[in-house]
Amino acid sequence: MEVADFALYVQNRRHLNREGANPALEPPMASSPHTESGSPQEPVVRFDGVGLRYGRAPEVLKDISFSLQPGSFHFLTGASGAGKTSLLRLIQLGLTPTRGLVTLFGHDPAKMKRSQLPLMRRRIGVVYADRQLLDHLNAFDNVALPLRLAGRAAADYTPDVAELLAWVGLGDKMDAYPAALSGGEQQRLAIARAVVNRPDILLADEPTGNVDHDMALRILRLFVELNRLGSTVLIASHDEDLVARSGRPVMHLADGRLGFYREPDL
Amino acid sequence: MSPAAAPAPLKRKPAPLLPPEDARDGALVFVVAVLCFIACLATVAALGANRAANGWRTQLTGSATVIVRPSATETADAAAERAAEALSAIRPGVTEAAVLEKEKAEALLAPWLGSGDVLEDLPVPRLVSVDLDPKAPASVSTMDKALKAAGVDATIDDHSLWLKDVLRAGLLAQIAAFIAAGLITAAAAAVIAFATRAGLAARRDLVNVLHFAGAEDRFIAGLFQVRFARMAALAGLLGAGAAAMIAAAARLFGGGAGLTPVLPLAWSDLLVLPICPIIAGLVAAAAARFTAMALLKETV
Repeated sequence: MEVADFALYVQNRRHLNREGANPALEPPMASSPHTESGSPQEPVVRFDGVGLRYGRAPEVLKDISFSLQPGSFHFLTGASGAGKTSLLRLIQLGLTPTRGLVTLFGHDPAKMKRSQLPLMRRRIGVVYADRQLLDHLNAFDNVALPLRLAGRAAADYTPDVAELLAWVGLGDKMDAYPAALSGGEQQRLAIARAVVNRPDILLADEPTGNVDHDMALRILRLFVELNRLGSTVLIASHDEDLVARSGRPVMHLADGRLGFYREPDL
Repeated sequence: MSPAAAPAPLKRKPAPLLPPEDARDGALVFVVAVLCFIACLATVAALGANRAANGWRTQLTGSATVIVRPSATETADAAAERAAEALSAIRPGVTEAAVLEKEKAEALLAPWLGSGDVLEDLPVPRLVSVDLDPKAPASVSTMDKALKAAGVDATIDDHSLWLKDVLRAGLLAQIAAFIAAGLITAAAAAVIAFATRAGLAARRDLVNVLHFAGAEDRFIAGLFQVRFARMAALAGLLGAGAAAMIAAAARLFGGGAGLTPVLPLAWSDLLVLPICPIIAGLVAAAAARFTAMALLKETV
């Protein structure tokens, strides 16, 4: 199956349960979201003067301000410990900023009821650097997890999950447990879990850290394809080659500041 | 990385999100089972005490004892005869009044005075036992008037002094059983709360993954709630079963001078025991849910 097939496959799954999604914020399904409308769209993610510190330690992130438009694709670079993971954690509502304002889908999460946050989190797919697979669930159940949590029935999601697993090359390992998979396979499994619900935002923390060059490119193509279908993508990586190859804009973190915002050098 | 995949089975049963029980749960089942066992024994004992108190009350309220003393002109025997006649005449109120035979009266005194000749020389009072009409029992004053009219020197004991003590003892036994049951329930809830806390800590990774994949707090709490409710229901079953065996043994072999006269158990008392697993399950569910929800609220 090729990348084009993946697009078809995602399009066929328009019946996805998107409980609580704001139709106005729905990513357009047209192949080119950037030309969707002339009027400026509300950013999916917006940071205003965000600072973050852990306990009494110095600030990890200082005065971070940026916004991600729907359908955008960015890389986030920076040395190890520059705060890339912290920034991703702020977007996925895993941390609250010490100061400043984080806005998601036009809402301030701090002002939302706790019971509304899960619905927001379901619109965000995350590939963790440490993968965070559930060891007691097999590959199939790991990938199916977001769909289960969204309330979809097993009979309903089984073909989708099987198809996606096949696409990431794990079709014959559906019943394998993460411990029995290689590092690269685990990585692909984590990516499949992050994208299975076709999230509005995809955050990936070093998604190509454990895979060979060919697989890295394949994963990048998957992200590009997902982006083409409307998802906003932000990938933290220090794979210089991959970043350069993609030709996508780069946000660079240094000393806790979002130092520069490089436009794609196409 | 060949996409040539084996066709996925169409029907798949989603695996439980909480991993299968670990060894720690065995100890927990034991502790809760022991608590259920004690609670069941306390409940059965309370039922027995209640039945004993009721039995004593019907025996005591349905009768009175009249102590007749000899006078200068009459022997105790003769006075007692006349007292029994006078009391029998009270209608309605008294169904029967009879002089307690001398041998029986002496047998009652034997433990204190011995059975020798000494009783012959003492002015031993005679007892008249009166059976009262259960529908309209004669009052002490009515009986007293009748005895005065007959000119008999006598004291009436309607057992009210005893009755109060018996009823109080029965009530105390029940209160004690209720307090014991309440404390045990609270202890079981605390144990489950502790286990839930430990379970959430041990499954920190799982809880995090579920949380960030968009699971609601009540969904995650529900996983632990179901787990601990099931476990406590099983423990309740074991505890109630053990208590039932002990109670059945007491019922079967406790006759005579054993447990039964003090604590009369009926087979029907055992019917309360099946409630134990249900209560244990409900208490565990509530404790686990409350604890998990409180802990999850603390996370981001």
